[in-house]
Amino acid sequence: MIDILIKNLPIIVVLCPLMMSLFVVLIPNIFFSWALTTLSTFLTFLFSILLYQEIQIHSHISYALGKWMPPIGIEYIIDKVAIIPIIIISGISFLATIFAYKIMPEEIEKKSISKVYSLWLLAIAGLLGLVTTGDAFNLFVFLEISSLASVALVAMGAHQDKQALVAAYNYLIIGAVGATLYVIGVGLLYGVTGTLNMADLTNRIADQNNNRALIAGFGFMIVGIMVKAAVFPLHIWLPRAYAYAPSAVSVLLAATATKASLYILARILFSIFENSENLINNTLLFVILPLSLSAMFAGTIMAIYEKDIKRLLAHSSIAQIGYITLAFAIGTKASIAAGFIHMFNHAIIKGGLFIAITSIGFYIKKRITINNLSGLGREMPITFFCFVLCSLSLAGLPLTAGFISKLYLIKASISSDGIWLAILILISSALSVVYLWKIIEVMWMREGKNIVKKENPAIYISLIIITFLNIYFGLDASLVVNGSFEAADKLIGDPK
Amino acid sequence: MITIENFILITILSPLIVCVLTPFTSKNTILRDFLGPIGGMISSWGALNIMSSALNNQNTTLEIVNIAEGVSIGFEVTPLGAVFGLVASFLWIFAAIYSIGYMRGNKEKNQTRFYAFYAMAVHAALCIAYASDLLTLFIFYEVLTFSTYPLVTHNQHDMAQKAGRLYMSILVGSSVILLLPAIIWVWVATGSLEMSQNGVLEGKLDATYAPLLLAMFVFGIGKAALMPIHKWLPAAMVAPTPVSALLHAVAVVKAGVFTMLIVLTNVFGIDFLAKTGASEWLIWLASFTLLATSIIAIYKDDLKARLAYSTISQLSYITLGGALATSMATQGAALHIITHAAGKITLFFVAGALYVGAKITKISDLNGHGISAPLIFLAFFVGSLSIIGVPPMVGSWSKFFLMLGAADSGYVVVIGVFCISTILNAFYLMEIPARAFFFKKEREINIKIPKLILIPTLITSFLTILLFFFIETFQNLTSMIVSRI
Repeated sequence: MIDILIKNLPIIVVLCPLMMSLFVVLIPNIFFSWALTTLSTFLTFLFSILLYQEIQIHSHISYALGKWMPPIGIEYIIDKVAIIPIIIISGISFLATIFAYKIMPEEIEKKSISKVYSLWLLAIAGLLGLVTTGDAFNLFVFLEISSLASVALVAMGAHQDKQALVAAYNYLIIGAVGATLYVIGVGLLYGVTGTLNMADLTNRIADQNNNRALIAGFGFMIVGIMVKAAVFPLHIWLPRAYAYAPSAVSVLLAATATKASLYILARILFSIFENSENLINNTLLFVILPLSLSAMFAGTIMAIYEKDIKRLLAHSSIAQIGYITLAFAIGTKASIAAGFIHMFNHAIIKGGLFIAITSIGFYIKKRITINNLSGLGREMPITFFCFVLCSLSLAGLPLTAGFISKLYLIKASISSDGIWLAILILISSALSVVYLWKIIEVMWMREGKNIVKKENPAIYISLIIITFLNIYFGLDASLVVNGSFEAADKLIGDPK
Repeated sequence: MITIENFILITILSPLIVCVLTPFTSKNTILRDFLGPIGGMISSWGALNIMSSALNNQNTTLEIVNIAEGVSIGFEVTPLGAVFGLVASFLWIFAAIYSIGYMRGNKEKNQTRFYAFYAMAVHAALCIAYASDLLTLFIFYEVLTFSTYPLVTHNQHDMAQKAGRLYMSILVGSSVILLLPAIIWVWVATGSLEMSQNGVLEGKLDATYAPLLLAMFVFGIGKAALMPIHKWLPAAMVAPTPVSALLHAVAVVKAGVFTMLIVLTNVFGIDFLAKTGASEWLIWLASFTLLATSIIAIYKDDLKARLAYSTISQLSYITLGGALATSMATQGAALHIITHAAGKITLFFVAGALYVGAKITKISDLNGHGISAPLIFLAFFVGSLSIIGVPPMVGSWSKFFLMLGAADSGYVVVIGVFCISTILNAFYLMEIPARAFFFKKEREINIKIPKLILIPTLITSFLTILLFFFIETFQNLTSMIVSRI
């Protein structure tokens, strides 16, 4: 029994939320639909941990779906790279589900709650599928599953604010364009190489140097994924979507959605096209690097001038995505590892910040703008304390997870002779202190209006867990650091 | 028998324990208030033992957590660290007693928060003193900045908020943008974050890059308050005076110059600096800061502002001593950490006493009040003499060694700088007792100074005389900073 489970883990991780989402929709009771969702996200997380242990033994698991052998059939691949986003997505979605219990009924009509949970699980299944699949076209399918589910989730915010519909519509259209571009790219690649299996693609691309169709296909794929990953300037759907989505959905999307796409980006750059060195080096240097730098500064500066806190955090996410893509752009083993470290750390940082801010929204029952926060720091000490710690982590201050990311990112850029890059990264991260401090100061210094009597444990429990993770991974980062270095090793290790 | 490892833990943990216990004792104010002095005594007992082990040339290291491969938080005993640790923990006893008098006398709000963060800041300073590698140093450097922010903005009014913003942006900005990459640069160049007695960079770093790296360190260490990044220190004077006294005359700023000295001696190594001349520009910058801020100090009528500028000037003595890159100058710089601390904390204590006793903040308001509070002005007089460098006050020793070091290094001009600055010191510090004792009284003010303020002030001023006769121990210790093998 256990054997069968272990053997089929790669597909079970995806199937668990997918199947459960079909059941959840049938349960009208708010509590039971939530409980079933929690159970399934918990199981998914458990399976990811099991998968992590398997990876430590086998280091590469290939799973032929329906026993159709690759390259003809669809192959699922789990290796030391894929396991990082799997753990992030399943772990954060579990925490976000716990958090959703009290928040969700506040913001959404009672009768549609079970539908929301169904979509919720569907989005998670889509994201996990994106990461596990080893087939370029199957990836497109999961991309659409996760996008459509997320769009519908964002649109649920309309119960509170009709702007959510506009945001969802934007997200839908831009997301669809991105997915279309990606699928055009896959089409071109299929035309040139005659295969859709990623590992197979890698080998066949090697014989096709300088094929124009191949280069065009590469371009389409990259741009399509960059839309999904919200790489500047293709990010415009993101701030609105995060800002107007229901609170719990913001948490889920902010911490997980772009991570999967970033992982795909790394896969395309360093694994599928690993044999076209010229193409990749040019892309990294002339496309990804400048875009990442612009993202770092544009995102941070927009965040400084933003009044709406959820949007502010969304802008900050764009800057943080910039750090991750910048790490990829430097292109050394150390820097790619730094990218994965930050991918993990950013998930727990942004998850924490969104949980803190949206739980404040739960009490004040208004849009969370900077002026509505006056004095709340003293009224909600637990939430405030966690918010401050997560902020420090985002700014990259010592003893937090964010510091570890910054440490390795700076080290990687200095060792590849980019001291100026290091300084730019640090200037932008010092600027991030400006917008975080603005919030903290208002919450701490201004006089409050005594809105909050007592904090609700059901809401802050997940915040405390995620804040604890921020501190823990700042003190004992060896798990993340080693995992990321192994991943980078797997991606660009020992050139042939 | 307690091992030195345990003494390190005792010294750095007792302020942390005080910090943690303070909120739990907020109901019992007497217990809460006296946690600080008790913690200070335990901490300095540990620091004394650490110092004696440093004198015996014992090498002790202690790793606390291993964050990732090659990245860890650890502590060790170095001569310079032993000096700074002892100064910070010992003066904490008196500053803690003084704070009780000040906070009660002034009827300040949020006292529990104040005491908790006060102890936290001392903890961070002590961790800096015993840091075994650059990363630990950096981590607690930042902890120190963040733990002093609630103290600087203690009053929470607009001015405090503005000052707090300046304080944070300069200290955090400079350290994150320049100090952190400089540290990582050393890491990349040498392959580790460790420091060593004679520097780690020789042969590892191209000499042409040395001035650039040094500049990143110098301007990254904002707490050393070299021009043009000194503005945060006068701004921080909005804090209650016990904060200015212990933190902005001893713990925070000394952490800055301590880091500077550590970088100059244990990262670059004075041989490497002397050979490459990488620190020559720093000599001129420090000399300039030293003189310029002395002149600014003359024009400040606000007593705490004048003392702040005087502090900046005195910090530059220490940086200058390190930059001269001779063993004698380094020794003088290290001694100056002790001597200036004892002198300046006295002066700040007096400034706070005058505020609590008569709400006086301006120097021009002091005319003729010497007779009504003779002891406090006498303490100020003694402290000033020490800062100016008049024997038999301890300040004369460090100046003596600094001048010897300047002569040693061949920069004769620097001796002139020290001389001019001494005259300027005398000018702006002596004005205060002179006004108090010799000027005519303009209005009647009743100066009432609480005992809890008066006693620590007298003790620290007496300390400046006492230390003059016991300098040999410290001199033995500081002579090991450079030449220990």
